[in-house]
Amino acid sequence: MSEVLVVVEATKEFGVKKVTLEMLTLARELGTPSAVVLGGTGAAEALSGKLGEYGAEKIYAAEGDEIDGYLVAPKATVLAELVKRVQPAAVLLASAQEGKEIAARLAVKLDNGILTDVVGLDADGTATQVAFAGSTIVKSKVTKGLPLVTVRPNSVTPAPAAAAPAIEQLSVSVTDTDKLAKVVERVAEQKGSRPELTEAGVVVSGGRGVGNADNFKLVEELADLLGGAVGASRAAVDSGFYPHQFQVGQTGKTVSPQLYVALGISGAIQHRAGMQTSKTIVAVNKDGEAPIFELADFGVVGDLFKVVPQAAEEIRKRK
Amino acid sequence: MNIVVLVKQVPDSGADRNLRNDDNTVDRGSANNVINEMDEYAIEEALKIKEAHGGEVTILTMGPDRATESIRKALSMGPDKAVHVLDDALHGSCAVATSKVLAAALGQLGADLVICGAESTDGRVQVMPHMIAERLGVAALTGARKLTVDGATLTVERQTEEGYEVVTASTPAVVSVWDTINEPRYPSFKGIMAAKKKPVQTLSLAALGVASDEVGFDGATSAVVEHTKRPPRSGGAKITDEGEGGVKLVEFLATEKFV
Repeated sequence: MSEVLVVVEATKEFGVKKVTLEMLTLARELGTPSAVVLGGTGAAEALSGKLGEYGAEKIYAAEGDEIDGYLVAPKATVLAELVKRVQPAAVLLASAQEGKEIAARLAVKLDNGILTDVVGLDADGTATQVAFAGSTIVKSKVTKGLPLVTVRPNSVTPAPAAAAPAIEQLSVSVTDTDKLAKVVERVAEQKGSRPELTEAGVVVSGGRGVGNADNFKLVEELADLLGGAVGASRAAVDSGFYPHQFQVGQTGKTVSPQLYVALGISGAIQHRAGMQTSKTIVAVNKDGEAPIFELADFGVVGDLFKVVPQAAEEIRKRK
Repeated sequence: MNIVVLVKQVPDSGADRNLRNDDNTVDRGSANNVINEMDEYAIEEALKIKEAHGGEVTILTMGPDRATESIRKALSMGPDKAVHVLDDALHGSCAVATSKVLAAALGQLGADLVICGAESTDGRVQVMPHMIAERLGVAALTGARKLTVDGATLTVERQTEEGYEVVTASTPAVVSVWDTINEPRYPSFKGIMAAKKKPVQTLSLAALGVASDEVGFDGATSAVVEHTKRPPRSGGAKITDEGEGGVKLVEFLATEKFV
């Protein structure tokens, strides 16, 4: 069976991201998964255990400042060389900012089609995409080159399949053009140990109804009790209640968790665009006519400052 | 500084959007077409740079005839002129082909700085800035929430999943921006009147030296095979809190095994 390249998404703090495990699971349906680690020195070694657990038969690594010290272009160059050499059956990347950017450059370098925000991929290369804020399901195919797809987090249930991958270090020959955009600083703003928004199984979001930044503690508390991530509507972000990287919606993150809890969010189209493919949706809002209730599997019309603390207390009791 | 802003006309994300049944492309005929929201932030950023450092701001749009409305709307915010890449052969173009056309146009315009929205609200594909940069062999500083211009040096705060990165490059470069970067101005009446007289140059594929079989359906590198509308979600139980709302919420979560 042909190799399927899976470009690894990982962070220093949390290691291999869940979307990577999803991609490895998906890749096993298409061929033999090989993980590609493009990052800082020693990254592949640190991640190899987890990648092997989910079926990576081989790990290709390109590491060091030449790769990690610049914005995505060197990664695309290394990946393009690798694709030309191993002629994989498909290349999978995460449908997040960097994954899409590497894929974009790879598509141009190889004059190859690209499909983003893929939620399913058949053995014949037919991809399923969700378009227009979840309202349309699209089946599409790359018609020139190999299937180059970016996979949306929370699309596949990761399944372990033990393998013992060897690491092959790739020679790095990036050009001066690849080094035009230099990363001079990386600043972590992620709060605490909560799961990342796009990967979380549970997301608890607050909107304008939360009232102020301080009250977001209530949203955070419920998120922590449910083991989830915290999100915010655009209204809440624009009002300065919560940082922009936690914004869910048309101009923020798209999330598709098992459970989405909307607190004080009216459910404007802008917000719905980012969350309406969530499996189960619950909402608390004082306005019984709020459009969020049209989506909610369970809705409570009431004051969130009464309902949420009571819910938190009830969860604690049950634990 | 010679700044070019990429502007895309998209169907209004606040209304019902569809793909066409005949050729699976975005249905622009029945839609209310507007400037891609994120592009307004790109225009604002370009105008701010021009105001601080001098230069010229050009709008570049690829799209059908009706995209002219969005070009005039963009010009009413204050840019100097526009270029409209217009050619029937472009209908059905994929992202890879689109980047080829835009790169060819940018090559002719000789931009020091290309600014665009981080993504469009219709495709949300997010690939265009890097595709264009790759073709032009220039830097791409993408996902900016802050842009500083110091002579020919650009510094960007790039939003990431974990926080942000500070990334720097020299012009020429492509910068893409999120909606956190500024607050776009509303066109003034004077601006709207002036926009009607601003030059809009139309460029065909031939003028750009791109063959018609490199674009459109003929040159597409991917294809939509089929599309279906998802049934809209329907609301479930809705209760009014009468003192037990929190408990009832948790009871629901427990039946769904979240607690």
